[in-house]
Amino acid sequence: MTASKDPEPFAIKDCTLMPVATGIIVQSLKEMRDSLATVHAGSIYHHFWGALMRHRFDEPEYNNDFARWVDEELRDETLAERLAVIDPTDFGDLESLRQHLIDVIEERLDEVQRSAWVPAHKAFHFVRSQIVVFDTRRRITIPEELVPVVPTISETSVFYHFIDARRRTPTGEDDFRVWITKFGDTYESLRNELALIDPYFGTLAEVRQKLADVFENYSGRRSS
Amino acid sequence: MKSIDDYAEVAGEEVIDHLRQLAVRLKGIRVVHVNSTRTGGGVAEILTQLVPLQQDLGLDARWEVIRGEENFFSCTKDFHNGLQGNPVPLSETVLEAYEQTNAHNAEELRGVLEEADIVFIHDPQPLALLKFCPGRKGRWIWRCHIDLSHPYRPVWRYLRKLVVDYDASIFSLADFAQPLPHIQYLMPPSIDPLSEKNKDLDEDKVLGVRRQFGLDPDRPVMLQVSRFDRFKDPIGVIRSYRLAKTFAPHLQLVLAGGGATDDPEGRAVLDEVRSEAAEDEDIHVLLLPSDAHLTVNALQRAADVVLQKSTREGFGLTVTETMWKGKPVIGGDTGGIRLQVVNHHTGFLVSTPEGAALRIRYMLNHPERVRTMGVKAKEFVRTNFLLTRNLRDYLSLMTIMLYGDQDRIELEINPNP
Repeated sequence: MTASKDPEPFAIKDCTLMPVATGIIVQSLKEMRDSLATVHAGSIYHHFWGALMRHRFDEPEYNNDFARWVDEELRDETLAERLAVIDPTDFGDLESLRQHLIDVIEERLDEVQRSAWVPAHKAFHFVRSQIVVFDTRRRITIPEELVPVVPTISETSVFYHFIDARRRTPTGEDDFRVWITKFGDTYESLRNELALIDPYFGTLAEVRQKLADVFENYSGRRSS
Repeated sequence: MKSIDDYAEVAGEEVIDHLRQLAVRLKGIRVVHVNSTRTGGGVAEILTQLVPLQQDLGLDARWEVIRGEENFFSCTKDFHNGLQGNPVPLSETVLEAYEQTNAHNAEELRGVLEEADIVFIHDPQPLALLKFCPGRKGRWIWRCHIDLSHPYRPVWRYLRKLVVDYDASIFSLADFAQPLPHIQYLMPPSIDPLSEKNKDLDEDKVLGVRRQFGLDPDRPVMLQVSRFDRFKDPIGVIRSYRLAKTFAPHLQLVLAGGGATDDPEGRAVLDEVRSEAAEDEDIHVLLLPSDAHLTVNALQRAADVVLQKSTREGFGLTVTETMWKGKPVIGGDTGGIRLQVVNHHTGFLVSTPEGAALRIRYMLNHPERVRTMGVKAKEFVRTNFLLTRNLRDYLSLMTIMLYGDQDRIELEINPNP
């Protein structure tokens, strides 16, 4: 790996999501299958990742909104579990994630013969979001400087750099790894450790803690 | 007059910085908010706070109020009831009066509205203005504050024809969104933590309000603050009080509310409530003036149990206000209340007077648990329902609408200016 000459400083950003209703509302599994085929890809993204940005009081039983609705409203625990185990990071793009969701639901429709439905007030509303990105004015010139900084960044900054980055960067990686790559092989082990952090099954606070631990441990090893 | 910097202590410095970053691109743009009353009700309260802060951030923002006669407000109250699901009559004569009033107001406001870069039309009353402003230059957005989840179809069919010509709509939650040909933003409303209604109060003021209204300071008080409106279910609150009183005989009930100038039904509902309260000296029905913000603040702080037992609710700002004061709320399981009352965390959701009575009993018997829930409730409001969040949403929306309707807006600044 070749190092860039004087990599640009890492700009720490923050963000907020603006939810947008798609107007697509479904009351049965069959309707959900049909709507998944046509809904804006951003809506599939929102229902997998958007919950991370919402205030939560309990440990969520299911990490995506599809599984949650199927369990809480349709009362189909079997399908809820199959949907819950889907990890969006396993899919290269949203279209393949969309197709997988449809396949899982179709398989269930074949099994149950009749599609359950819910009354209007328990319907699933497809939502997507627009993102507004802020500049925190904080700049990092070398990876070591991230050690004291990462524990202090907001959870929404974690979302931007560690989750949103994956659909923004050419390599589909988080911003930290993309930036560290510019320093060549020097930080290869740090890059590899960051790649092992699972961004999906946890809260943003937990992801931040894992990031902080990786930077802290790396820094400790370097100085010892 | 408060400035945007005054909010840093409550909302955080970084939140204020975000607002300033958003405002850079919006400096000097002409923004007009239009509604139908300057006092009374949640919309007027939000605009009272929001517009000066938009001005403080450099936007050329203004707030216009349309005027109408009794038949106009009677029609728009029917719209309101119809949109929230009640079957209401719609005659050609009534609709004609509605459109004529909008046409007259458009005559007066046309210059301002047609020149504006962004126009926010709040609720159905001024919705038809767009139709009478053919030379409009800016983007027009309909902000619906009403629970539109199950509208009475003839009313929505009529209003939808007016809505479709807008560039965007805003609803408080996804359940209220409707199939429309334009983008629909989801944006809960907010409270101003520094306003008279929500600022911290001395203990003396809180105790004083009990004396002022003849409430026994040694006995528990349950409270509902809201306009006298059937959707707020004040009669249901009295029934829940009576059920709760069987096991808490010292309980006192306060039903406090004001009227809004665009709500002609308030007097009739107030009479029904007074009649239901009858001779019970422990029921205090208070008709407050629209500027009694300090009184409402003190009542919310003085109450032991606070309810908002609505059967339909666009949002329910009184729920937010109470939660900001560190108190959980017993709320009707409907509309925007569901967004705020997280069952067993920030309050309890109920569907019947019986359910409310059960939770009143629980809260009176578990003061420690109530305190814990209150702490959670306040933090929940701080994160989600403060004016600064609402202002950020409005600025973000304006930026997106004026700068190309993109799904991603990146605000960049020079870190070393």
